[in-house]
Amino acid sequence: VISPRRLRQRSHLLTVARSFFLARGYVEVDTPIRLPVLLPEAHIKPFSAEGWYLQTSPELCMKRLLARGCSKLFQICHCFRREEAGRYHQEEFSLLEWYRSGWSYRELMQECEEFIRQLVRSGEGFAGIAGPDQLRWQGRSVSLDSPWERLTVDEAFRRHAGMTPREAMQRGLFDELLVTRVEPRLGWSRPVFLHDYPAELASLARLKEGEPAVAERFELYIGGIELANGFSELTDPDEQRVRFAEELKKSTETGSPYREMPEQFLADLDHLPETAGAALGFDRLCMMLMACRTVAEAMCMPVPRYA
Amino acid sequence: MYSASDLRKGLKIQIDGEPYIVIDFEFSKPGKGQALYRTKMRNMITGNQFTNTYRSNDKFEKPDLEERTMQFLYSQDDEYHFMDTSSYEQIFLTREQLGDNLNYLVDNMEVQVLFFGSKPIDISLPTFVNLEVIKADPWVKGDTSGTDTKPVTVQTGYVVSVPPFVEVGDRIQIDTRTGEYITRVKD
Repeated sequence: VISPRRLRQRSHLLTVARSFFLARGYVEVDTPIRLPVLLPEAHIKPFSAEGWYLQTSPELCMKRLLARGCSKLFQICHCFRREEAGRYHQEEFSLLEWYRSGWSYRELMQECEEFIRQLVRSGEGFAGIAGPDQLRWQGRSVSLDSPWERLTVDEAFRRHAGMTPREAMQRGLFDELLVTRVEPRLGWSRPVFLHDYPAELASLARLKEGEPAVAERFELYIGGIELANGFSELTDPDEQRVRFAEELKKSTETGSPYREMPEQFLADLDHLPETAGAALGFDRLCMMLMACRTVAEAMCMPVPRYA
Repeated sequence: MYSASDLRKGLKIQIDGEPYIVIDFEFSKPGKGQALYRTKMRNMITGNQFTNTYRSNDKFEKPDLEERTMQFLYSQDDEYHFMDTSSYEQIFLTREQLGDNLNYLVDNMEVQVLFFGSKPIDISLPTFVNLEVIKADPWVKGDTSGTDTKPVTVQTGYVVSVPPFVEVGDRIQIDTRTGEYITRVKD
């Protein structure tokens, strides 16, 4: 069970997170968590709820709001992903997700940096915070000084996995090499933004101009832990339909229940301006700052089976 | 059938017709990627260990394992014979299969024999066993050599560290999980 001290620290981080976005003119929203249709992502399995589904992220609802003219939104909400349980996973967890119209993933990476630095500066007496811009994670210190490293997926795979991401995908080894060879080496001296993912691995992200084999997607890593995922959002409904069709096809192989094209979402997408968005695993960030061993230890009330 | 999401430490699964126990397990999954179940297993018959990474679609048979209470009768050469106390059925395990269990095994002891199908593959002993000391250095009162334990040999041939007051003919209790002396017993 979480200690009163950790509960207070978690609550403090929630407050600071809200102030950060509110001070920058973002609007906080709370959209429905039970939905009749979800965005198909072959490797993310939802829980069903009386014929509908529990959200796996608030992306669908938030983009629909953006399409209606809201330009800066954030949300801190519970999400549900079936069969994700381990040291750094829980089937129910808190996601901090935010969107900003007019931005690309570049500006968003910068904001990610500022957000985490502000949280760390605000935290007094946190076991995982070693100084104003310094974390202590698994016995090693990670400096948060600017600039954080930017590393393309291509470079990371060549450096740590001994092959290109393309080769890894052709051999069906991309995820395995990412998890065993690449991720454990990322973000130990400073945080790293891994970016420019193979297009097939970013069905909701815009393709990079002049380099259509990759999508404008990033993942933030600190001390080997994946903390946040962001995109320049794909805003073209025709292209999005093609990408969703791919995900729907893959879903029959992965055993995910997505069968339906999210038509209403695609109709709204037509009105979505250029936007960038990111989702950050709030429990994982709490875990790091409070120096917990597992993500469950950073939650208010972890599910007993995996605690 | 088990699926990959059932994997966890201590789970027993069947692979290629043999029983394995999961001894280490780690779930990993890139946010948008596939779930990977990195699993270290020990073959319950041969003791061999191996590591493999499974994916969500992988399935495993449940091994046909059963524990039966049996009594140790006698050993002949390298074969150790046990009897089911209700059916009087007799089976044996080899010296190699019993390994360190032999340090604590004495005639008439009741143990749990683990069967894979009809084949006995392992035993588990009571947590505490009482064994007789057959060899010990005498206790010299006032000995100030500084050592507060001494080695003694029990009836199975096992050598264990005990306090200096334990003597030949004493019965002592040993924890079979650690192999350590617990106390001197009167029985």
